[in-house]
Amino acid sequence: MEAERIDQIIDEYQRTPDLLIQVLLAIQSEYNWLPKAALQRVGEKLQVPLSRILHIATFYNAFSLVPKGRHKVHVCMGTACHVRGAPRILDTVQDLTGIGAGETDLEFKFSLETVNCIGCCALGPVIDIDGKIHGNVSIRDTADILEQYD
Amino acid sequence: MTQLKSPEELDNYRQTLSSGRDANTPCIAICAGTGCLAYGAAEVIGAFKAEIEKQGLTAKVDTKGTGCPGYCEKGPVVVIYPEEICYLGVMPEDVPEIITQTIVGKKVVDRLVYSDPDSGEKAIHQADIPYYKQQKRFLLSSNTLIDSRSIDDYLLINGYSALSKALFQMTAEEVVEEVKKSKLRGRGGGGFPAGRKWEGSRDAPGEVKYVLVNADEGDPGAFMDRALLEGNPHSILEGLIIGGYAIGAHEGYVYVRQEYPLAVENINLAIEQAEEYGLLGKDILGSGFDFTVKVHQGAGAFVCGESTALMTALEGRAGEPRPKYVRSNVKGLWNRPSVLNNVETWANVPLIINRGADWFTQYGTEGSKGTKIFSLVGKITNTGLVEVPMGITLRDIIYKIGGGIPGGKKFKAIQTGGPSGGCIPETLLDLEVGFDELTEAGSMMGSGGMIVMDEDTCMVDMARYFIHFLSDESCGKCVPCREGLRQMDRILKKITEGRGEEGDTKTLEELSELAIDASLCALGKSAPNPLLSTLRYFKDEYEAHIKEKRCPALSCKELISYYIDPEKCRACRACMRKCPVDGISGGKNRIHVIDQEKCTSCGTCLDVCPPKFDAVVKYSGEPVPPPIPEEKRTIDRKKKK
Repeated sequence: MEAERIDQIIDEYQRTPDLLIQVLLAIQSEYNWLPKAALQRVGEKLQVPLSRILHIATFYNAFSLVPKGRHKVHVCMGTACHVRGAPRILDTVQDLTGIGAGETDLEFKFSLETVNCIGCCALGPVIDIDGKIHGNVSIRDTADILEQYD
Repeated sequence: MTQLKSPEELDNYRQTLSSGRDANTPCIAICAGTGCLAYGAAEVIGAFKAEIEKQGLTAKVDTKGTGCPGYCEKGPVVVIYPEEICYLGVMPEDVPEIITQTIVGKKVVDRLVYSDPDSGEKAIHQADIPYYKQQKRFLLSSNTLIDSRSIDDYLLINGYSALSKALFQMTAEEVVEEVKKSKLRGRGGGGFPAGRKWEGSRDAPGEVKYVLVNADEGDPGAFMDRALLEGNPHSILEGLIIGGYAIGAHEGYVYVRQEYPLAVENINLAIEQAEEYGLLGKDILGSGFDFTVKVHQGAGAFVCGESTALMTALEGRAGEPRPKYVRSNVKGLWNRPSVLNNVETWANVPLIINRGADWFTQYGTEGSKGTKIFSLVGKITNTGLVEVPMGITLRDIIYKIGGGIPGGKKFKAIQTGGPSGGCIPETLLDLEVGFDELTEAGSMMGSGGMIVMDEDTCMVDMARYFIHFLSDESCGKCVPCREGLRQMDRILKKITEGRGEEGDTKTLEELSELAIDASLCALGKSAPNPLLSTLRYFKDEYEAHIKEKRCPALSCKELISYYIDPEKCRACRACMRKCPVDGISGGKNRIHVIDQEKCTSCGTCLDVCPPKFDAVVKYSGEPVPPPIPEEKRTIDRKKKK
């Protein structure tokens, strides 16, 4: 993580504290997590106490305070997917990857998250991996889908 | 592009645009909404472009990636203009045939048009498909007509004419009056009359005021706001600018969740284009009215859909709701008058200004005017977005538009209003859809999610699902919501796992009452709805779980056992191989038997058993038949023959 890049991101948002969430989102999307050094820098430059930054970083689901894996697996647990069997798909993904929702494996290959509806209800149950959506997933397909990623 | 400085310049520019385009030029509109993209629409668009180039038709044919036409079940959806031929489920390999047959040969490719599953009758045009026939698509119909990333396309369908009309032919008061007269009610869930909200802000003291778009569509199972924002972002922008003019605001914000990257991209692009054309910024169209819009991305918190929480988030803090002693249209964002409306509400504004309040009020019921977009999902044949006039019955939506329940299953309930809504049973299917009607039935309009459930859905599990969701999303400010929901979740989990006790439902009702009375915001106040509505209409299911330890829908994992019917098993070994705990014994020509000790009820065997055998069955509330003795397990295939 380079201090310069963090400064650059902060400067893009004109250093106003009301854009704190937007700054954190930009850092999150750049690094896939919020490194502590980055948060300290944000606090210094925007003149916001670290406690408030951490309040925000832990309040919103989009932020992570730990590094994430190379592939982000999002299992949709929205209502439409739920009635079409998403809980069993989640169980299968957890069995196959060996990690629970919110966790990352030791090799940093997968990070598993559950999400509440990504708006592809017609295709439920749905798994979103790195932005690619796999629809109408059955327990049988799950292993094949995960195998495509290394 | 030079900025447009007057309404005449806007009209002239529109004229130039339309004379530059030949209405007879074939145009291929391919849905590039998120649902169709997941089906592979991007490859289809690529295939069209490549094929058109290959056949040397580039100058003669237009292709467009459009917003969602709503028929997600049959995606990717392709509409060919000017004939309006609608092809469903188009794959890249179909593309050369479409170009050769339809574009060049002017013939219809029969196998790609809609065909009725019962009668086999075909429908070539979009308007003839039963799914669309019952709808009134004032908002969604524009989606297929325009490239969602082109402001010129929007101008060609008369875009920004309502803005020009409001700025030059109406006073701000008249705009507010018109919206009041239209009786437009907030489409985000609350159903508060938009005109009254606007008026309150207009009359509120203070120089600086704000107009805000709530695009934090957090309800699982609802995606109409996303379809509008992705497919026709300018219509929302136009509504917002009109709103700003009406209440005297010069700044607007679009709060959109970051889970919708395409929507974020398209609205940002739309703002840029509008600024370039002089439709946003200083002195819009030479009217002297200034207005700017900023996009704020939501970082993933359901509670931020609540008005005061959204405003707190916009201020750069954790999105916790605050008390509304003074309404937010008087004291909202940074304590200034702020009008917050949902995406769909804003999208209705240009229509009302252009066509008048009288046009709008001819649709709908006494209390709810106009149309409403619903996302029809779950156990339904035609999944997708439907736009219908208020007052249509649930039965019409489910059967006439939705095509009923797939797989010959029986309808059980329809859940409306998102996590804060309720489940409506079959006896109330003739209920007319409207804000007040749904609330009376113990549910609510919400943002318009409609999740259909069939006999396989357990209503106790459904209540648990929503309560669990809301306890996760509770911001934690009010104890009855934070702790109460957690206890409710715990009790419901206990019931679905067969550990329910007498008196549990009473405790649940008491906790509900407390959450309704003592929570600050709508999240807590309405959180018990899914529980209370299922208790009201499906009490027998709760009793079956608690007293008989039985799940009537055969859905709760802890209450069901799997069993292989020895009469039906043909020893194909599919389940044996896939069983994750090696809990199935058997072999070649040996009937398979599940070891009930090992079985974790994961359901894999049922999933993989070939439908022609259909040998795996579920039991609940009664013991599984004993395994057949070892000596009888051999299948004598010759004898059976």
